[in-house]
Amino acid sequence: MDLLSQIGYGFLALVIVSSAAGMILSRNAVYSAVLLVINFISVAIIYLVLGAPFIALVQITVYAGSIMILFLFVIMLLGPDFLTGTEPIKGQRVLGISLGVVLAVEAGILLVGRGNLWALVPVFDGKGSSPEALGLVLFSQNPLIIIGISLILLVATVGAILLTRGDGSASHGNLEGKE
Amino acid sequence: MPLAFYVILSVIMFVIGILGVMLRRNPLVVFMSLEMMFNAANLLFVTFASYYHQLQGQIIVFFIMTVAAAEVAVGLAIMVAIFRTRHSIDLDQVSNLKG
Repeated sequence: MDLLSQIGYGFLALVIVSSAAGMILSRNAVYSAVLLVINFISVAIIYLVLGAPFIALVQITVYAGSIMILFLFVIMLLGPDFLTGTEPIKGQRVLGISLGVVLAVEAGILLVGRGNLWALVPVFDGKGSSPEALGLVLFSQNPLIIIGISLILLVATVGAILLTRGDGSASHGNLEGKE
Repeated sequence: MPLAFYVILSVIMFVIGILGVMLRRNPLVVFMSLEMMFNAANLLFVTFASYYHQLQGQIIVFFIMTVAAAEVAVGLAIMVAIFRTRHSIDLDQVSNLKG
C-alpha cells in the first residue's frame, strides 16, 4: 500500500465523516440534503474501490439522485423550518450525546474482540461483480425475496398515494386553504 | 486497506446517524439520518462481500436500497399529511398518541 493511495483513502474518510457531521449540525435542511448527497457520492466511490461498480452507480442514481430529489421537493414544499434552538425536553442533548458515545465505545470493544480485523480487503479486480453475475445471483437464488420486495414497493406506492390524497375537498393541493 | 478502515468508517457513520435521530427535531433531518444509517449498513455489506468474495452481500444491498426507498416515500407522505393538519413539523409537538 503506497502512500498516495493511503492519502486518498484518508481524504475519502475525512469527506465522509465531515459531511455526515455537517448534515447533523446544519440548521438549514437544504444544506443537510446537499451534505448528504456529498456523503452518498463518497460512499459510492468506496463501493467502486471495493469492487462493486454496479452498486456504486445504483447508489448514485437511486440515493443521490431520486431519493434526495424527493427530499428536496418535500423541503421546498414544507418551507423552511422555524424551529427554535432551545430544547423542550430537559437534558435531551446531553443524554443523546452520551448514549451515542456509549454506542461507539461498545462497537469499538466488539471490534477489538475480533481477530482478523487487520486483514486486507482486496481492491477492485474488475470481474466477478458485473451486472450479469449480479443478475444471475439475484434472479436465480432469491426468488422469494424479489416477490416480497415487489409487494413492499406496491404497498408503499399505494400508501403514499393514499396518505397524500386528502379527503376530497383538499384534493386540489392547496396547503393553507384547509381550515 | 485493512478491514478495520471500512468497519470503523461504517461505525462512525452509524453513530452520527443515531445522534441525528436522537437530537434533531426536524423530521426531514431525522429521515436523512436514517438514510445514512442504512448507508453504513450497506457499506459493511459491500465490504464483507468483497472480503469473502460472495455476491450475496451485494444482493442484500439492493434489497436494503429498495426498502429504504419505500420507507422514504411513505415517510415523506406522512410528513406532508402531518404538515397539512398541524401546520408544523416539529417532532416534539406531534404528541397526539401520548397517553
